[in-house]
Amino acid sequence: MSKKRLLQNIDIPGINTIEVYRNHGGYKAVEKALKEMTTDQILEEVKLSGLRGRGGAGFPTGMKWSFLAKPEGVPRYLVCNADESEPGTFKDRYLMEKIPHLLIEGMIVSSYALGANTAYIYIRGEYFYVHRILENAIKEAYSKGWLGKNILGTGYDLDLYMQIGAGAYICGEETALLESLEGKRGNPRIKPPFPAVAGLWGCPTVVNNVETIAAVVPIVNHGGADYAAIGVGKSTGTKLISASGHINKPGVYEIELGLPVEEFIYSDEYCGGIRNRKELKAVVAGGSSVPILPKELILKTASGEPRLMSYESLGEGGFQTGTMLGSGGFIVMDEDTSIVKNLYTFSRFYHHESCGQCSPCREGTGWMEKILKKILSGNGTLNDVDLLWDIQSKIEGKTICPLGEAAAWPVAAAIRHFRKEFEEYVTNPQSIVDVKHYYRVNNLTAI
Amino acid sequence: MNSQIQFSEKALKSVNEIIGRYPSDKKKSALIPVLHIAQAEFDGWLSVDTMDYVASILEIKPIEVYEVASFYSMFNLKPVGKCLLEVCRTSSCWLMGAEDVVHFIENKLNIKDGETTADGKFTLKTVECLGACGYAPMMQVGADFYEFLTLEKTNDIIDQLSDSGKRSAYNAWQTGKESEILINRVD
Repeated sequence: MSKKRLLQNIDIPGINTIEVYRNHGGYKAVEKALKEMTTDQILEEVKLSGLRGRGGAGFPTGMKWSFLAKPEGVPRYLVCNADESEPGTFKDRYLMEKIPHLLIEGMIVSSYALGANTAYIYIRGEYFYVHRILENAIKEAYSKGWLGKNILGTGYDLDLYMQIGAGAYICGEETALLESLEGKRGNPRIKPPFPAVAGLWGCPTVVNNVETIAAVVPIVNHGGADYAAIGVGKSTGTKLISASGHINKPGVYEIELGLPVEEFIYSDEYCGGIRNRKELKAVVAGGSSVPILPKELILKTASGEPRLMSYESLGEGGFQTGTMLGSGGFIVMDEDTSIVKNLYTFSRFYHHESCGQCSPCREGTGWMEKILKKILSGNGTLNDVDLLWDIQSKIEGKTICPLGEAAAWPVAAAIRHFRKEFEEYVTNPQSIVDVKHYYRVNNLTAI
Repeated sequence: MNSQIQFSEKALKSVNEIIGRYPSDKKKSALIPVLHIAQAEFDGWLSVDTMDYVASILEIKPIEVYEVASFYSMFNLKPVGKCLLEVCRTSSCWLMGAEDVVHFIENKLNIKDGETTADGKFTLKTVECLGACGYAPMMQVGADFYEFLTLEKTNDIIDQLSDSGKRSAYNAWQTGKESEILINRVD
């Protein structure tokens, strides 16, 4: 049996329509769940599968579900986080665009398991066209009786709605997403209470990523044990990896967790190696927030073991020598890449996206962007590099939501592993700025 | 309030359908989708009058609309050109040459980032990650994603948009076509 569990049918023509999807085994998980399984049985299978949140945090999904409060007479909600905004990540878009019914099927099964009769898919505003694809697919599902009242005659009712955002990275944070869904600014809430107790409109709510919800379908179809048999250790199952940057074959790949990083980068089945026969310089393995690693440390751990695409192996060595699997946004950089300039694009991003609630993040992200701009313009000093380090260390852990960490970690890692490059920028700016990176000082303000 | 501002029948139907997605006492939840529709209806941006009108429809205070409209980057609080060219410039897009695309557009249209051409056709806006990292560099125009951009391709796209007279800055809600997007990606 193929090791793919989500994208195995992706190339079948018409798989985005309900007829073709159904002809290839679609909606069987709904039949099985609603007719043959209790909600507790589904929860047990999800726990057994070892599935972990695919949005980035990697929190065990079964455990998250089990925290859902169930007070009498209070509605519960399932909200799908399709606010995919982490730079380097485009897997959810691919899944929703190509095989929208897989997400809808996952939403039905998961809503049933959680006892929710209303569910929402919150999608980022820029994905207008994906929003339209999903709206059409939802209409198809309603017309075939997979959504609405008394689904399959089981007495179970479910209404599924789309909700569109309007351009705010922060709304990928689950409490900010709920605020946004309530028609407010996307300011994260202080936890506790967690959404499982007081979420959407104060009701118990589970928020899960698109890929997580889609993975519930094969788990219900084939059982949790089947899913857990794929992967390595506590990294069970498959993961969608969004591969971008200086590689021959950018795109979305479904991999079995535990695949060696080296194979992922160089095999023709995946990234196909570095383009233009260049050397690999560095990789951001899990979306912009996770620490960047130089070639030596992304291919092998500090102890010399091959690095694997798994939560544990990528994390080995902590932040000193390791990184995180995160959202699976895999950005590859070749030997000519300026790490400082790449970091600048990240820091500018986080400054732009900070919601402004917490001072360390609101002010710190701006300072980091400005200092990096100064260094890039050839006017930096060695003190600026230390100042950058100092600022990032004062954001981490001091904000309501993890955007603070997300902004601080890339800065820390870039300095940790590429300090020499920063020093070269400040001590000999001409060599770097003009020759190596084709970068004109005068145009800095343009981008 | 400006009584000139009124949703078309079609828009009003969409608005009411969206309001129906939430519990009856949670109308405010419709705010963001309704603002998208308002932007599409009223020249691609949200004037104070437009926002006040939306507030009256959702039975909320105008300030509740202003604070949301000013938070999200897709809401334009001042007029924009007929075609809003949004070029992504974060990491992967930068690695693949987004700077060159921005410079090319600036030179071709003789505007800087954030500006609108004198004829009101184009506005250039650099934006942060739009989730097209593997198909970089890219720009979004209305609902359409133009990916794997080269300077030549960018030139052709702008010429086509210029000729078509399409109002793609704000027609996204109603008319963006997914087929167009898929075609854009293939070449």
